[in-house]
Amino acid sequence: MTGAPHGARRTPLLRDRTVGGGALIGVAAAAAVDEIVFHQLLAWHHFYDVGTPRAALLSDGLLHAFELLAGVAGVFLLLDARRTGGVDRLRAWGAVCAGAGLFQVWDGLVHHKLLRLHQVRRVEDLLPYDLAWNGAGLAVLALGLVLLARSSRAARAG
Amino acid sequence: MGHAHAAASLLPVLALPVLAALAGYAGAAAGERGRGRRWPWARTLSWTAGVLLVAAAVVLVPDGFAGHMAAHLLVGMVAPLLLVLAAPVTLALRTLDVVRARQLSRLLRSRPAQVLGHPVTAALLSVGSLVLLYRTPLLGRMLTDPAVHALVLVHVLASGCLLTAALVGPDPAPHRPGPRVRLLVLLLATGVHGALATDLYAVPPAGVPAAEAREAALLMAYGGDVVHVALAVVLCGQWYRAVGRRRARAAGPARAGRALPA
Repeated sequence: MTGAPHGARRTPLLRDRTVGGGALIGVAAAAAVDEIVFHQLLAWHHFYDVGTPRAALLSDGLLHAFELLAGVAGVFLLLDARRTGGVDRLRAWGAVCAGAGLFQVWDGLVHHKLLRLHQVRRVEDLLPYDLAWNGAGLAVLALGLVLLARSSRAARAG
Repeated sequence: MGHAHAAASLLPVLALPVLAALAGYAGAAAGERGRGRRWPWARTLSWTAGVLLVAAAVVLVPDGFAGHMAAHLLVGMVAPLLLVLAAPVTLALRTLDVVRARQLSRLLRSRPAQVLGHPVTAALLSVGSLVLLYRTPLLGRMLTDPAVHALVLVHVLASGCLLTAALVGPDPAPHRPGPRVRLLVLLLATGVHGALATDLYAVPPAGVPAAEAREAALLMAYGGDVVHVALAVVLCGQWYRAVGRRRARAAGPARAGRALPA
């Protein structure tokens, strides 16, 4: 988008539709990568793991539902941002990365570790896999935050 | 006795309501156009497809648990979306005579109808009853007794239409909660639907072979995802249009000095 993104200048971060829409799309993108790469291509993850408690199944179902609907809602929020003053690309990409990274870390810590829903891979020594999984998430999250901060600075400088 | 045979014997019973639904809607839509009022062809198409889909799912679906699952997906999720988007209540309100139309609109605004049509109630009736169906002996009765199966299908269709109408119905619904609440209900319904599918994969219902249960569970999970995403697209699209209209109204008469609401 060309033109001054004046919507982004005044709105607080959490009410900004570019940020909200981007972050939701980031969540959906990270979930799609998980589904395509780890479930389908590598088959490290499975539709169901034996011994998973029912409560964890419900939490997994809700998480999956959130991933699906987040992608749809995110697209419409960005469309709305576009028709009311334009989308700041830097800000949108920052939000996408932040959302994707946050989701990856959430999945890695809460789902894999806390709820023990499934692990990155069914192997003896999980540590390298966990480090890579959560490290990648943290790196993408950090990149997103840097991009967001930069877009805020650029908007302030006008 | 094969279940498909029993279903085929339903054909004469099914023919009358199917023809009535098709002819009634087409006639009303033609009447609207005859009076010079617009009634989109897409809606007539959507209605026809929905009715035929229900008929096909009831008559053609093969034996077994996976076959039933396919029928339930079509009758309980896909067909309701097509039927509800055809706005049959709006069409009825426009074509019925004044007295009947008033009665219908009073019925729709009545307290019981409001409670029944609330997204939370509708979700409990629709997704909630799936838990009962698949996790109680009701399933065994349904798989062996065509009469029970017919009743279950009627319930699946009715509750599916109720939930779809509560979430994305284009018909007038003055007391319907806003898009955020509806999206949240859709989220919960999608989550429970998906969890139930995984649970069926993990623990096959009594009397159902594991392989067949898994096939049915995957169908339920991925088929459900497709329809739930479609519902979300329709819901968000309605929100997007409503916000646009609201902004245009706010900016229209008093454009000067008024900022666009965020």
